[in-house]
Amino acid sequence: MNEHTRSFRDLSAEVFDTRTLLKNAAEQAIERRYEDTFIVDVDSHHYETEAFKEIAEYIDDPVLRHEAKFQGSSRGGITSESGSYQEIAGRITRYPERKNEIVPPKPHRDIVLMERWMDQLGVDIAVMFPTPMLNLSNCPRHEVEVGLSFAYNRWLCDTILEKEPRIKSMLYLPFHDPEACCRIIEEFGERKGVVGFMVTATHYTRNYQNPYMKMYAMLQERNMPLGFHAAFTWADQSLQLTNRFIAVHGLGFTWCNMLHMANWLVNGMPERFPKLKTIWIESGLAWIPFMMQRLDNEFMMRTSDAPLLKRKPSDYMREMFFTSQPMEMVDNRKALEVTFEMINAPTQLLYSSDYPHWDMDLPSTIYDLPFIDMQAKKNILGGNAQKLFNLEPVLSPVKQARLAARTAAGVAAE
Amino acid sequence: MPEVLVCKDGEIAEGGVRLIKVGREEIGVIRHSNKYYAYRNVCPHQGGPACEGLRMPQVVDRIGEGGILLGQTFDEDDMHIVCPWHGYEFHLADGCHVIDRNLRLKRYEVVQRGGEIFIAV
Ligand code: FES
Repeated sequence: MNEHTRSFRDLSAEVFDTRTLLKNAAEQAIERRYEDTFIVDVDSHHYETEAFKEIAEYIDDPVLRHEAKFQGSSRGGITSESGSYQEIAGRITRYPERKNEIVPPKPHRDIVLMERWMDQLGVDIAVMFPTPMLNLSNCPRHEVEVGLSFAYNRWLCDTILEKEPRIKSMLYLPFHDPEACCRIIEEFGERKGVVGFMVTATHYTRNYQNPYMKMYAMLQERNMPLGFHAAFTWADQSLQLTNRFIAVHGLGFTWCNMLHMANWLVNGMPERFPKLKTIWIESGLAWIPFMMQRLDNEFMMRTSDAPLLKRKPSDYMREMFFTSQPMEMVDNRKALEVTFEMINAPTQLLYSSDYPHWDMDLPSTIYDLPFIDMQAKKNILGGNAQKLFNLEPVLSPVKQARLAARTAAGVAAE
Repeated sequence: MPEVLVCKDGEIAEGGVRLIKVGREEIGVIRHSNKYYAYRNVCPHQGGPACEGLRMPQVVDRIGEGGILLGQTFDEDDMHIVCPWHGYEFHLADGCHVIDRNLRLKRYEVVQRGGEIFIAV
């Protein structure tokens, strides 16, 4: 029997569109009835590169502003330290194609692009971070880091967070300058959509030094979490020994957070600021059991080295928050299950996609796990973030419409 | 097995892909070196549209005598389908993941007859 096909798509004739790229994700969202689950994505990104001209206008210092407008923020190319090939030399098509996506004149392009992927994935609220600007941490000119972080945060609050309640952010702290960090918390702590503050973990700084204590106290007082967002830099002396992206990324994205975590713990920060919540972002999960075992073992032999600690390091880690992506899922279900137990995942784990980056995770990475119950899944997908950031659990318009359609059709929500 | 007409031979350009909907399933028909291949447009990793990515040949580290790296090259005889979501690579010839053959794209037989291309579904 021959059946003639009527509808088809020719890829050569299509313009890139996030909604098309993610249509299979939308099918997952429908099949799994995500309209029954409030989903918060605690680590996602935009490419502020495209709005850099607007951001540069927010720089206070006229000399720096002129320089930023002249230099732009593009990365260097194959021979530069930043010339990595995260997109696997074009294989992850959304990187080179992003610029071709057509959006309406309003709202802001970054809002439209965010909402397009959020709706396809089934995400209600996303905590958004920049991309290249995370690497301000490695800028040797600390005044440039401070100037640009103020400009970016102002642009972000005015242009994105004020306008779109589904997008939140933890604002970039110029961690080389603790006093500037305090000014950022003062200036932006009350702005709409600001749910915390964030340190890029590739800062070569000692998070236990006295000048930082004022900042931690300010965050604790405001009940705002401090995130350590992983990254990598090929400028790191040990990582300079790697020659392939898989090595610099695989190691770099965990190493920088391991370093901050070790310093944070052995200097007794959880005892000095017991109500300050920390979130460890984008290092995946496999490093956490390693740190717990390693530090506990050494601590029991040399408690005098970390005299502020009243419990084992892992006991403090179990009270911290961790984002889920990139969740190491290849053939390791047992290890993953143990990891979930060790970190108290049902209350401490926060779903994150990291979209649009190359190693992004869909909500189904949590939703489809066989070893946790539905309540734990709902907590990880949104409930934990809702509590931590004090969010209104409002479903996206797309999911509200789906729910209404179901109700109209007489299908009760489970 | 029912056959579905995809198009006339030549309608898909060399290196091109046509995606057709058969019931609820989307199937990618790929033309490469004048041969046709058909796979379900769902990646076994996280469900990405595998047929909508690039086709790239296997990358090869060229090793000389004594284990010395001579450089890299492409093996054009082993073309891969690259899923655009995260980059999983599957052999174009059989749809199996290049490292784990248990991970595979669902494959459909392609029939060329009378100047037309069909897939058996
Ligand atoms: S969904 Fe295809 S590589 Fe991940």
